[in-house]
Amino acid sequence: MDFGFTVAAYAVATVLFVLSLGGLSGQESAKRAIWYGIAGMTVAVLAMLVGPGSGLWALTLVLIALGGVVGWQLATRVQMTQMPELVAFMHSLVGLAAVLVGFNAHLEIGRVASEFAGAGLPFPQPEGLMSVAAYDLWLGLTNFAAIIGKKTAVEITILRIELMIGIWIGAVTFTGSIIAYGKLAGKVDSAAKKLPGGHMLNAGAAVASVVFAGLYLAYAESAGASIFFLIVLTLLALFIGYHLIMGIGGADMPVVVSMLNSYSGWAAAAIGFSLGNELLIVVGALVGASGAILSYIMCKAMNRSFISVILGGFGGSTGPAMEVEGEQVAINADGVATALNEADSVIIVPGYGMAVAQAQQSVSELTRKLRAKGKNVRFAIHPVAGRLPGHMNVLLAEAKVPYDIVLEMDEINEDFPDTDVVIVIGSNDIVNPAAQEDPNSPIAGMPVLEVWKAKQVFVSKRGQGTGYSGIENPLFYKDNTRMFYGDAKASVDSLLPMIE
Amino acid sequence: MKVGALQEIKPGEARVALTPDSAAQIQKLGHDCFIQSGAGLAAGFSDQLYQDAGVTVVADAKALCEAVDVVIKVREPEIKEINLLRKGQTLISFFWPAQNAELLEAAKGRGATVIAMDMVPRISRAQKMDALSSMANIAGYRAVIEAGNNFGRFFTGQVTAAGKIPPARVLVVGAGVAGLAAIGTSVSLGAITMAFDVRPEVSEQIESMGAEFVFLEFEEAQDGAATGGYAAPSSPEFREKQLEKFRELAPDVDIVITTALIPGRPAPKLWTEDMVQMMKPGSVIVDLAAEKGGNCDLTVPDERLVTDNGVTIIGYTDFPSRMAAQSSTLYSNNIRHMLHDLTPGKDGVIVQNMEDDVIRGATVAHGGEITFPPPPPKVKAIAAKPKEKPKELTAEEKRAQEIAAFKAQTKTQVALLAAGAAFVLAVGLVAPESFMRNFIIFVLAVFVGFQVIWKVSHSLHTPLMAVTNAISSIIIVGALLQIGSTSMLITLMAALALLMAAVNIFGGFLVTRRMLAMFQKS
Repeated sequence: MDFGFTVAAYAVATVLFVLSLGGLSGQESAKRAIWYGIAGMTVAVLAMLVGPGSGLWALTLVLIALGGVVGWQLATRVQMTQMPELVAFMHSLVGLAAVLVGFNAHLEIGRVASEFAGAGLPFPQPEGLMSVAAYDLWLGLTNFAAIIGKKTAVEITILRIELMIGIWIGAVTFTGSIIAYGKLAGKVDSAAKKLPGGHMLNAGAAVASVVFAGLYLAYAESAGASIFFLIVLTLLALFIGYHLIMGIGGADMPVVVSMLNSYSGWAAAAIGFSLGNELLIVVGALVGASGAILSYIMCKAMNRSFISVILGGFGGSTGPAMEVEGEQVAINADGVATALNEADSVIIVPGYGMAVAQAQQSVSELTRKLRAKGKNVRFAIHPVAGRLPGHMNVLLAEAKVPYDIVLEMDEINEDFPDTDVVIVIGSNDIVNPAAQEDPNSPIAGMPVLEVWKAKQVFVSKRGQGTGYSGIENPLFYKDNTRMFYGDAKASVDSLLPMIE
Repeated sequence: MKVGALQEIKPGEARVALTPDSAAQIQKLGHDCFIQSGAGLAAGFSDQLYQDAGVTVVADAKALCEAVDVVIKVREPEIKEINLLRKGQTLISFFWPAQNAELLEAAKGRGATVIAMDMVPRISRAQKMDALSSMANIAGYRAVIEAGNNFGRFFTGQVTAAGKIPPARVLVVGAGVAGLAAIGTSVSLGAITMAFDVRPEVSEQIESMGAEFVFLEFEEAQDGAATGGYAAPSSPEFREKQLEKFRELAPDVDIVITTALIPGRPAPKLWTEDMVQMMKPGSVIVDLAAEKGGNCDLTVPDERLVTDNGVTIIGYTDFPSRMAAQSSTLYSNNIRHMLHDLTPGKDGVIVQNMEDDVIRGATVAHGGEITFPPPPPKVKAIAAKPKEKPKELTAEEKRAQEIAAFKAQTKTQVALLAAGAAFVLAVGLVAPESFMRNFIIFVLAVFVGFQVIWKVSHSLHTPLMAVTNAISSIIIVGALLQIGSTSMLITLMAALALLMAAVNIFGGFLVTRRMLAMFQKS
């Protein structure tokens, strides 16, 4: 079928994708938006099948069906607490696919070049009109080869640069996502680790990448040398992806996952450039922009620059930390239940600890009981709570907590002084008053939930000790704070029978 | 040890340092209690009541001082009382050592230990023996009662069948302990109460008592925490501003209660003669600072006078004594707490621990030496001062700020746009046209992406990631383009890429759908 039809289909698919992302501005419109995304993808794939991608239909359909089965299995089996792992894992697939497609583009250039050479014709095409013989040969080419076949020397060079960028980003995304997946799934130690040499190693690999990219372009004519340089380039990128993410600790994962999300988009866009495919460019750019914005929001929520997150670890403090006075006072379930029974307004602040303990169902049950008694129960979500942007929202939604009582930091921070009881479940740094009170604290200036302004604060925590960042939390020592030690799920469960 | 209370000798003083209740408590510390016959009569405690509480009643002051180890009383002693003391004996009472240097000298000469109740440091631990506060509290209450006694109208507003009665308007100047007590009493009687203080940090306390804080716009605010919670003298400019404000209020207020005192200085003149002239006939001024000269120009200490324009000015200095039963109860409790701290073993043995901040601060003479003034207490008197409130901006300032922010925003936006345009143009100069076509599409797509994604709700960030993940599998298009290649290797790799992209598409969309379906409204 005509290529004009394919391009029209691209336009339709693009509009559908934009609508699908835009629809996520609200919970209800999002339910419709997802169908736009599915429709857009269907249109794009069908247009490719009937258009320029025709050939090997049977294999294609079998592969898509197979992928569908695997994808369906993944999507239905995954626990909501494992969402971060799943997302990271899927990023790695996109990265690897980009690498493969990029390599294919390289091979295809070589194949087309050899065909022209076999016919004794020049390739890349010289400037000006194509010779008749070359045109005849070009007519015999199909699909991607046809796009390559008519390119001039400059265009071929640009094509090579594009495919290198695509492969490079794809490779970084691939190993980076694998490591992120391992850290999130607990298969790789989540502490920040670096090989000796640290960031110099990354910088060296990046410099070497540029050198090999130059070599690849310089020796593009020789099939053996060029593929060797391309493989070395890929290996360097794989190493950077691995080493970069190894050096970033567990609590920074929201930024890492959004960053990888962004990279997977940029990789697709770069591949789109090399394939001359507008749809790939547009969608890749959309995804890249989305991931970049998410990373920006996450960094802002931690008051850290993107660079400092990527370089790993918290910045050193600028002076001695403020002395924390007082002591942590423990309380038992009885005391918490009494306070809850007497309270009119309750705010629950969940963190990664709630996800680890799988306590969201118990928290939801507690919420239901308290609301049944006419109490005003709400949730306060810090942007970097959990290991994925929006992680807590999804967990609470899974546990059937209505989304209209789950509020963002900016929406609820002013309400803490009027709140009777705040329950902090498994979060630490995001409720640390040192961010505001101690200018020497490593997290100074980070926006935090001002829970200490409430009349009473209960902190559910496994035991004494600092959070991921290793920063002492003065909240635990405040007069109106009581520590409710124990596993989050067991603690909340012990409260349930006492709420009447 | 033996603890004995003297009868007050100053005329009109009705208070007593020991009540039957406090005697019972002091006995629990292991002490024996004595009282001079008739000492409690004016406060409503007969000798019989004391005897029932196990207190030994002694005929006169001389006999009492001979019998006991610790002499307690209310007012600062007179010289003849000092002369009754002997070496090693302890006197606990108000003393005002700064004003009564001769008395102090005399006490030193007698070799007695003197604990001044007015020198108890203002720290949390010592609040229970802070007699100044407990007396000031009574004075504040009584000031309102005296004012009501001399005021011809109701405090509270009423609408009766016989007509409408407006509420009284009360102004309290100085929101220390007495001021706050006056505010509380006045508010509970139903008057519209306003209060002023030079320390802006007390505005919260004033408002918590239900009064309106008279706000004075002045930059140089006093930091009360630095002066141990007391007011310090203010600058002439500040004083002017303050008087101006009072002149504004004077015609409207019915009752003025002034409590402004600065430690160690005469009372500041805050209510001038012209203000009194401005007030309505029948208005009342109660000057709690009368003893130190008064806050009002016309105050005569210990007198009640009526001005020509019918304003009553009360300058009594004995408000606590006018409520002797109440003030004796509180004062004797303060004394009892002091004895409690002096008797750590509860075994009737007094330990003059000069390492203790409270005891050290209150002891003005000990072991034949004058121990006044005390070193500064180790514990800071007042908790860290609350954070400064952000200054209220006027409408113009806000507008100016908005304009400035808008300008800055425009500047950055224009700069970014210019830089972006320059970059795209620069690329266009060198790149071939076929590349530029794609590049423009790319730039536009990034732009659309930024516009769209900013609107995504925070709570949907996880679904956003899952769905972008699914659509980034659009790379399947690339694989589809290549899978028809004649090269076996290319086809194989394309097939692999196709498979992975397909997993991602289905996985991504399905998991997003699953998540979104969970979001429920209540």
